Amino acid sequence: MKTALAVALAAAAGFSTQAPAQAKEQFVPVNSYWVGPYAPGGSGIAAGMIDYFKLLNARDRGINGVRITWEKCETEYRNDRGVECYERSKNKGPTGATLIHPLSTGITYSLIEKGTTDKIPIVSIGYGRTDASDGRVFPYVFPLMTNYWSQNTAKIKFIGMKEGGMDRLKGKKIVNLYHDSAYGKETIPILETQAKMYGFTVTHIAVPHPGNEQQAQWLQIRQVRPDWVILRGWGVMNPTALKAAAKIGFPRDHIIGVWWSGAEEDVIPAGEAAKGYIAAGFNAPGADHVVIREIQKHVYAKGQGELEDKSRLGTIYYNRGVLWGILTTEAVRKAQERFGKGKPMTGEQVRWGLENLNIDDKRLKELGAVGFMQPLKVSCMDHEGGGAVKFQQWDGGQWKVLTDWIASDQSIVRPMIEASAAQYAQEKGIARRDCSTEK
Amino acid sequence: MLYREAGQFKSTYAEDQQIFPIRQDRIALAVFLAFALLVVPAIGNQYWLGALLTPFLIFSLAALGLNILTGYAGQLSLGTAAFMAVGAFMAYNFVLRVPGIPILLAFVLAGICAAAVGIVFGLPSLRIKGFYLAVATLACQFFVLWALQRFGWFSNHSTSGVITAQQIVILGYAFDTPARKYLLTLGVVAVMALAAKNLMRSETGRAFMAVRDMDVAASVIGIPMMRTKLLAFAISSFYCGVAGALHAFCYLGTVEPEAYSLDLSFRILFMIIIGGVGSILGAFLGAAFITLFPIFLNLASSWVNEFFGVEISHAVVSNLESIIFGGLIIFFLIVEPQGLARLWQITKEKLRLWPFPH
Repeated sequence: MKTALAVALAAAAGFSTQAPAQAKEQFVPVNSYWVGPYAPGGSGIAAGMIDYFKLLNARDRGINGVRITWEKCETEYRNDRGVECYERSKNKGPTGATLIHPLSTGITYSLIEKGTTDKIPIVSIGYGRTDASDGRVFPYVFPLMTNYWSQNTAKIKFIGMKEGGMDRLKGKKIVNLYHDSAYGKETIPILETQAKMYGFTVTHIAVPHPGNEQQAQWLQIRQVRPDWVILRGWGVMNPTALKAAAKIGFPRDHIIGVWWSGAEEDVIPAGEAAKGYIAAGFNAPGADHVVIREIQKHVYAKGQGELEDKSRLGTIYYNRGVLWGILTTEAVRKAQERFGKGKPMTGEQVRWGLENLNIDDKRLKELGAVGFMQPLKVSCMDHEGGGAVKFQQWDGGQWKVLTDWIASDQSIVRPMIEASAAQYAQEKGIARRDCSTEK
Repeated sequence: MLYREAGQFKSTYAEDQQIFPIRQDRIALAVFLAFALLVVPAIGNQYWLGALLTPFLIFSLAALGLNILTGYAGQLSLGTAAFMAVGAFMAYNFVLRVPGIPILLAFVLAGICAAAVGIVFGLPSLRIKGFYLAVATLACQFFVLWALQRFGWFSNHSTSGVITAQQIVILGYAFDTPARKYLLTLGVVAVMALAAKNLMRSETGRAFMAVRDMDVAASVIGIPMMRTKLLAFAISSFYCGVAGALHAFCYLGTVEPEAYSLDLSFRILFMIIIGGVGSILGAFLGAAFITLFPIFLNLASSWVNEFFGVEISHAVVSNLESIIFGGLIIFFLIVEPQGLARLWQITKEKLRLWPFPH
């Protein structure tokens, strides 16, 4: 005990003296995972985000002259390591961490209170705590673009379209095959509500982490004989599910995945079994978007790209990382408009930027991201902003976009979010903000 | 020369029976505790207190719990994380459902719940031993997580099954900063570690060790097998339960049942194997090695980057971290199979002779 602490404290002395360099720099922590069962997602997203920062630094000299800096930290998708990375990175750079992408629903949960106390926005794009969309209760949490519940209503809408109308859903059977974690369970209540609304039956079947063993689950699915299977998987669970589906002969074009089940890494290992599989997405695949071409021109042409395997350029996860980079930097840009152009922004200022983020079609064009992402307008009431989803189908070689942006049904989602957020506020004794007085 | 007990005569039974019979040990421990209580919170920053020292102390307590069961009583268990989960979720429920309950009482009650679960799953130990018992405790690991996930009551019907620990207030004093949480954790861990140290010298502790060394002989000399084994399970689970409650309340804040997976049980088992089976100090050394060392490796890679100006691909670094860590575990086990605590013991023996080893 003695020696361990002595070593620890000796190192501590060296640490706490680290003075932040006074420079025009905006520090963004990149906490992700490069090892473990979820590494394909973590490494792809981190690379996309960093490449976008590199693009801005090389082409525009940062954001109005403020260079973006970053530091990578390995979380192993584990909550304690995620908290450690957060604590390590939060005071770096001249203004501390701009915002945090926890990159795991579990870590997001662990950071909500810490971020709120430290005044650092917790941004969970396409994952995280759904009811944090109510910005009155969660001022520092931003589940941007689309949360799981919105996505789920869009999915049911899509199934309705395929069946030929929402009234045709009556009597249909849907299986919700989910990763047995906080992330996987997030959509159970909304599915139950929708099942009552439209008259379909839903069966929830859990797959334990990491999900490489699913025989029992698919036997159960065979007994249920569902019309559709909703796949709420993550990492290695996805190709395993597709292979198991092929084995029992369940049609793959009746399996609909969430966006964490819809990347190249999820289908290629399943081979032929994945053909026809449909997945949701909030960013478009492909390398022919203007912004990706710019990255190739300004970053990869100079040999400074983050990816070692360049064929991953334009894959789903990589593009998602670019999208996260766009949202991060746009929030800083917005904050600079109010608090001073060309200055590094603090977490508190970036929070304002995120809350007033408005990426319209015109701005999308300037960013070179038309068709790459949906327009986004965040407000104090609504920390989600977008809410629409595209559906894509794997043809054996690449993802083909099937639909345009399908809007979610906020008339179902919003009351549930507000009720859930109100319960949280009551449990924790939080007073709701009054949005009309926010500037 | 400094560490020698020559000349320390014991003239009363009380003196002879104190926890640390050697004066140098007592002084060192007092200085060390004073340092940890007074100096560390003053010089440590949030990162050190909140992200490194607090989890280190909490995992030390869990490892200590397992060490009582596995190291002292000789019963192999793979259910440590499950007992921690029981502690975390029950502490949350006690605070939620019993208005005005003192938080420390909630921790104790949570520990008692974990002890009850431990006794139930300790029952097979009366019939089976060794690896077979490990498999039986594996059932505990899966059953507890299953129950926490399936019955909404445990998480107060949270949609995603996570719990958010309430604020810690003791006698009107809020433990809300990392430094205060660290102090609370340190207090609990110090008291429980001393209690464990004392317990192992008592009749109960000696009975545990007798059962571990040879249970037939132990029962022949009149040690009640059932009571001793179940008591070992109960005490061990109590420690793990309190560690779990601290883990939720003082460290993560919001936890999901998956945080207490089998993976964590194995990590705690590795802690006591590396630290030293059957040693209080070993639990701390092992916890330090397993929780802090990977972070140190991670930081070291960034120092290498800065120092030598070579950028190593982060994916390589992350994988190297696992490789070096695994390699070191094997190295330590070959060089010192009895763990880091044994190394410390050898150092102490050498110190007694220093500077004149014959």
